[in-house]
Amino acid sequence: MNWEPVIGLEIHVHLKTRTKMFCRCELEYFAPENSRTCPICLAHPGTLPVPNREAIEMTILLGHALGCEIAEHAVFHRKHYFYPDLPKGYQISQYDEPLCIEGAFTLPTADGDISVGIVRAHLEEDAAKNVHMGGAAGRIAGADRTLVDFNRAGTPLVEIVTGPDLHSSEHAKRFLQLLRQTVVELGISDAEMEKGSLRFDVNVSVRPEGSDELRTRTELKNMNSFNFAAKGIEREIQRQIQIYESGGQVEQETMHFDPGNESAPPLRSKEEAQDYRYLPEPDLVPLEPPRDLVEELRAQLPELPGARIDKIGEEVGFELAEGLVVSGRDRLFQQVGGDRRAVANVLMNQFAATGVDPGQVDAAELSKLILARDQVPRHVFTEALEKSGEPGFSADAYLGDGQITDTGDLEPLVDQVLAANPEQVESYRSGKQGLLGFFVGQVMKETEGRASPRLVNELLRRKLDA
Amino acid sequence: MIDTLRLSAQQVNDLLETGEASSDEIFAAYRAAIDERDPELHCFLHVNDDAPGEGIPIAHKDVVNTKGIPTTAGSKILEGYRPVYDATVAQRCASRGLRVIGKTNMDEFAMGSSTENSAYGPTRNPWDPSRVPGGSSGGSSAAVAAGLTPWALGSDTGGSIKQPAALCGVVGLRPTYGTVSRSGIVAFASSLDQIGPITKTVADCAFLYSVIAGRDPNDTTTVELPQPIEIPRAEDLKGLRVGVPKELNEAEGIEPGVSEAVNAAIELCRELGAEVGETTLPRSVEYGLPCYYLIAPSEASSNLARYDGVRYGLRVADGDVREQYMRTRDAGFGDEPKRRIMLGTYALSAGYYDAYYGQAQKVRTVIREEFRAALEQFDVLISPTSPTVAFPLGDRVDNPLAMYLCDVLAIPPNMAGLPGLSIPCGLSEGLPVGLQLIGPQFSENVLFRAGHALEQALGFDYVPPRLK
Repeated sequence: MNWEPVIGLEIHVHLKTRTKMFCRCELEYFAPENSRTCPICLAHPGTLPVPNREAIEMTILLGHALGCEIAEHAVFHRKHYFYPDLPKGYQISQYDEPLCIEGAFTLPTADGDISVGIVRAHLEEDAAKNVHMGGAAGRIAGADRTLVDFNRAGTPLVEIVTGPDLHSSEHAKRFLQLLRQTVVELGISDAEMEKGSLRFDVNVSVRPEGSDELRTRTELKNMNSFNFAAKGIEREIQRQIQIYESGGQVEQETMHFDPGNESAPPLRSKEEAQDYRYLPEPDLVPLEPPRDLVEELRAQLPELPGARIDKIGEEVGFELAEGLVVSGRDRLFQQVGGDRRAVANVLMNQFAATGVDPGQVDAAELSKLILARDQVPRHVFTEALEKSGEPGFSADAYLGDGQITDTGDLEPLVDQVLAANPEQVESYRSGKQGLLGFFVGQVMKETEGRASPRLVNELLRRKLDA
Repeated sequence: MIDTLRLSAQQVNDLLETGEASSDEIFAAYRAAIDERDPELHCFLHVNDDAPGEGIPIAHKDVVNTKGIPTTAGSKILEGYRPVYDATVAQRCASRGLRVIGKTNMDEFAMGSSTENSAYGPTRNPWDPSRVPGGSSGGSSAAVAAGLTPWALGSDTGGSIKQPAALCGVVGLRPTYGTVSRSGIVAFASSLDQIGPITKTVADCAFLYSVIAGRDPNDTTTVELPQPIEIPRAEDLKGLRVGVPKELNEAEGIEPGVSEAVNAAIELCRELGAEVGETTLPRSVEYGLPCYYLIAPSEASSNLARYDGVRYGLRVADGDVREQYMRTRDAGFGDEPKRRIMLGTYALSAGYYDAYYGQAQKVRTVIREEFRAALEQFDVLISPTSPTVAFPLGDRVDNPLAMYLCDVLAIPPNMAGLPGLSIPCGLSEGLPVGLQLIGPQFSENVLFRAGHALEQALGFDYVPPRLK
């Protein structure tokens, strides 16, 4: 039997507002512990939440980008559980009346567009960070004591929930990459996994191909990179298929993915699920965003990465287009002149390898460099790319850099090489045309790589084929 | 000689304005009264020997956060806790020069109707120290009645201003929900909690309300008052339509002496020119109390979750974090908060929410609708504030339901978010009887006008005879 994976995602994104969700503490990653706190985010008696307007606007903007309906009436709820990272004993979140509902996000793939349903996108506050001291590194089990850093407590957080609309680990990974690029371009989040400003959980189940049933799913938590996620999902898919094929049943459980030992041990099963005792937050009035604000934000929506993948894909094919867009290099690509595929290839390979921020690059200079890349030795080209993000970068400085482009200079060298290798010349002329590279190599060696490869090729052909 | 027993806040203000007494002399006079009478009454949990400001003294119920001054909400779990910021109402009082003379005793987390649930011992009624002052703002009410402060702030969730004001023979206003900031008020049930004044006269009440009311950016549930508060002067009730809701006046458990005093006050309304008529609130009185005892504990179970020993207040460190939570909360909370946390946790649990909290919210809408209908025909509804006069200490402590019934008449308008003013309207068995005046949202001016006219006509002497 063939099995079809069914994958849904829950993505948490920190919003990069100036201040926290319900108090006016400034947000700063890596600030000294507990230096970004106030009575509100420490839940002192009598404190009340005051919502952050900027966070609400960012969420509405995201809702538009996800094709969601923006609710006319949204409600904050209290979600209760006891844990030291939760100072109020509840998290202010949204429950049955979220701000953004029922959207669809288009994921371009090599086989055409996939529409991924967005169940909801809601606004909530993040918890504080527990630091377990002693015992196994960072684990609560066996720890001597737990310290709490409340700097993160109250950071605005959007949770995006997709429908079970993805059917391969590869598509799940690409969806996450595209969504990440989207929130970055909207300017609402850094979405950096290392900082924890982007986190996600994955729900996985499998079913017989052709069926539309939804079988028991497992939840994978703590994915810390897109590649680990793809690996983890793949392994979970295979695990479930194996269970079904050996006549077993998949149990609903949460797995904590540990990239260290490449296994996904169960975290907790759903029978022990928490009862969060959701309560409409009585300290906040319902959120009713004015319609003109909603429309104003819709009008601010830039062209989205997904649409640009489709557009660029027509020129250079899907793979390169997707790479350019999710890596944030497609704007530079659009500005750089020259053969489209060649430019795309350079940007995704040699340029990408340099790690230069595409936003810092002068496109006209880069165009010049790429256009002349065959006339420059490889190491010079690479060096030029590495410097391409520096202010005042000029391609000319590299193009003229010792390159021998004069026929008069090269011709005697070519003659010299041919004269020194009579046997190879004979072989070439009797049909071994592959030897051309040998001659090119010899000329380059003589010139210490400074000869224009294009010109050397031309001269050799002319002389050998004569 | 400053007669703290007799002086209203307005009269204290007159002394200040005419220069007959300085602010320090007045503060010292009330401070001396506390030294003299509070050892018996136990109105205060904390007393200040001095306080900034050049105006009139005021006492704050111990739910009001006062920066640097201990604020316990009557609970062991907050013993020794000194707030790091002032409640908005405390700020507003301070900005008018009011000087905090102390923090008053209360039922723990405002849960109770007798102040016997205070973790620091009960307050006694100045009219008869063998009796309770009501609650939960019993300390504030008794302090005003005993001349230990010219006025005080209380909080009212399910009658906690109106009922003790009634039992102590003073004036108390539970304001329209959303007109007074809750920022800095130790929360009990957020959708019901309101801060309000407890005073000797209706005019003082109106003035203090004007000081504390109005929108606060730190409490998004607050609104600006639609019109400014006027200090009442009218001595008649001409043109006022007064409704007498049958169920609020004939409920089971209303003492005959209470009915008698209230009926006399209703008769007086007529004499003062009001049109008096009967009206009905068929479901509000029957369902108000049960509805309240689902909503308030539910919200309380949530609001009290923050007392976990991690960041402030009591911590009983023992075992792992879970153990620490349990021991801290077991040692820190008294029986009544525990009872309500359990009730509320149950009512919010998965599978029960719709039947309890959800249903109670629907009933709340019904109650709101009933009051709206009655208040279309009448400007003011009138009833006893409490079914009984002050009862002896210990009488109801072992019977929570009997204790809850103290507020059966005060709770229904609270569920509808309506303002209620309690004024003393006479005595029964030598103890004060409270009259409850209920109006539509934002009708405080009407309540003050009616309350003031009645007060003038009734001529109630608010000084407890045994202290004279």
